[in-house]
Amino acid sequence: MARSINQNAYSGALPNFRNLGIALRIVVIVNVMALAAAIVQVKDMRQLMSALVEASAIVQPLLLLSLVVLVGLNDPLKRLPYALGALAVFAIELVLTTLLYSVGEPLLDAGPAPLLRYWALVALGTGTLLVYFDLRGRALSPAFTEARLQALQARIRPHFLFNSINAVLSLIRQNPKRAETALEDMADLFRVLMADNRSLSPLAREVALCRQYLDLEQLRLGERLQVEWHVDKMPTDALMPPLVLQPLLENAVYHGIEPRVEPGVVSINIYGSRGQVHAVLRNPYRHEGAHHAGNKMALANIRERLQLHFDAEATLDTRVGEDTYQVHITLPYVKGAET
Amino acid sequence: MSEAVKPLRVLIVDDEAPARSRMRDVLADCAQELALEVAGEAASGRTALELVSQAPCDVVLLDVRMPEMDGIEVAQHLQKLDQPPAIIFATAYDAYALKAFEVHAVDYLLKPIRAARLKEALARVRTARPPRPEALRELQRAPRAHLSVQNRGKIELIPIGDVVYLKAELKYVTVRTAKAEHLIEESLTRLEEEYGERFVRVHRNSLVARAAIRGFERATEGGETNWVVILNGIEERLPVSRRQQHIVREFSR
Repeated sequence: MARSINQNAYSGALPNFRNLGIALRIVVIVNVMALAAAIVQVKDMRQLMSALVEASAIVQPLLLLSLVVLVGLNDPLKRLPYALGALAVFAIELVLTTLLYSVGEPLLDAGPAPLLRYWALVALGTGTLLVYFDLRGRALSPAFTEARLQALQARIRPHFLFNSINAVLSLIRQNPKRAETALEDMADLFRVLMADNRSLSPLAREVALCRQYLDLEQLRLGERLQVEWHVDKMPTDALMPPLVLQPLLENAVYHGIEPRVEPGVVSINIYGSRGQVHAVLRNPYRHEGAHHAGNKMALANIRERLQLHFDAEATLDTRVGEDTYQVHITLPYVKGAET
Repeated sequence: MSEAVKPLRVLIVDDEAPARSRMRDVLADCAQELALEVAGEAASGRTALELVSQAPCDVVLLDVRMPEMDGIEVAQHLQKLDQPPAIIFATAYDAYALKAFEVHAVDYLLKPIRAARLKEALARVRTARPPRPEALRELQRAPRAHLSVQNRGKIELIPIGDVVYLKAELKYVTVRTAKAEHLIEESLTRLEEEYGERFVRVHRNSLVARAAIRGFERATEGGETNWVVILNGIEERLPVSRRQQHIVREFSR
């Protein structure tokens, strides 16, 4: 487990100094820092301009020289491990500073500050830039998307887990065979829930999982839970993000069936049409009562996962009818390997 | 303990059949060391209240999450009895309720139920005091679906949807439905807090169901002309106090 996390984790990388955008960012950020330093220095804002010019006289040559050197050394630096590469950049900057200091010192009439002070300033600036590029790299990396997907991984309601265990316990003495099937279903369900669920999964597998889940709920709720499947026209090989349907069914049972005394129908209708896959889930719904924050969170989670996988090509709509609640998911039909 | 102790009569209340059967099994396990008998099983709060009215019991094992009337509401209605039974709540998972149970020292069981834990809870029952009304009120998350009154040892439920108005008089509140009038021992302010969406205050002493308001008219009483509210299902009209006259405007919109 630890290894798989490491593989997917973002390992830092130096920015590509040859990229014009990167160079531009460096110029802007360094100059902003110089401006800040100038503002800190002056007591009277009227002196700001002269202070800025003075700072520029030191900052600009170093900045330009650094960019030229870094662009030149971009490839060998990239080949180093990140930590070494970063150290090398620090070293380059300090060497350049020293160089410029020895050349420029006689030119500056006002007795310049000691070299140590320039070193400290340059090191701080370099460090800030490296941290900035590292964070930026992380934010844009595919690893971040992966991590987001992992964070969004569907979580089963503890309510369901404990009630189901309780129901299975009740079966052990009277109906051991049924208890066995129930435990097997639970094992399967939790295997999927605990698996790495970042890659797409065949629709057929998702539907099978939903059936197992509903079987478990049936155990608890008996005939209060009625299920209608319409999946004849389902493209079984279509791929979809895993655990999108099951949490929606869990919502349907929790909000649609459990609050009712009389039996209610949960219907699942999955079909393909014009290069798209549609899944329509419906459950009874009563308007009275508080609104369900839990439901909204689950929906937001599923929506985000659909978006991370399919971007704008996937949609999730909910409709509250007179006495039904409907969720309609549309996905592009992505064929998986034949199963 | 002596052999003469009467067995505890235990009522099981849970909407899920397997949960009831599990409770029965675990009670059977406890029965070997603790004198007890199962007084009955109820699949809903309503049935539970009927059973308790018919044959008193000592303990109610009460599931918290049930349709129509949750366990907390059942417990509140049970307190209307002269000798309310002890209550042990059971819940699978409910962070909110668990915290409140702890805070108010209300006894509860976690599902799956363990025999040892149930035995402990049952052993405490004889000395336990019934849950305080404030504790139950705090546990309650949605307005109760019913008000209740005790009527010759039985608990009578008044669905909140049937109530036309609530009117405070001295120590009691009159609950008026189209068919009857009941007195309950609750405070009007608290009822207003609980049912703020359903009722509107028309007078210092009365809350009227919004759905029951048919209209308003001017009426003269004792030489003073005032607005009164006309209600669905009953002839009686209630005065609208001067301070609440804005309601007349809000409703005519």
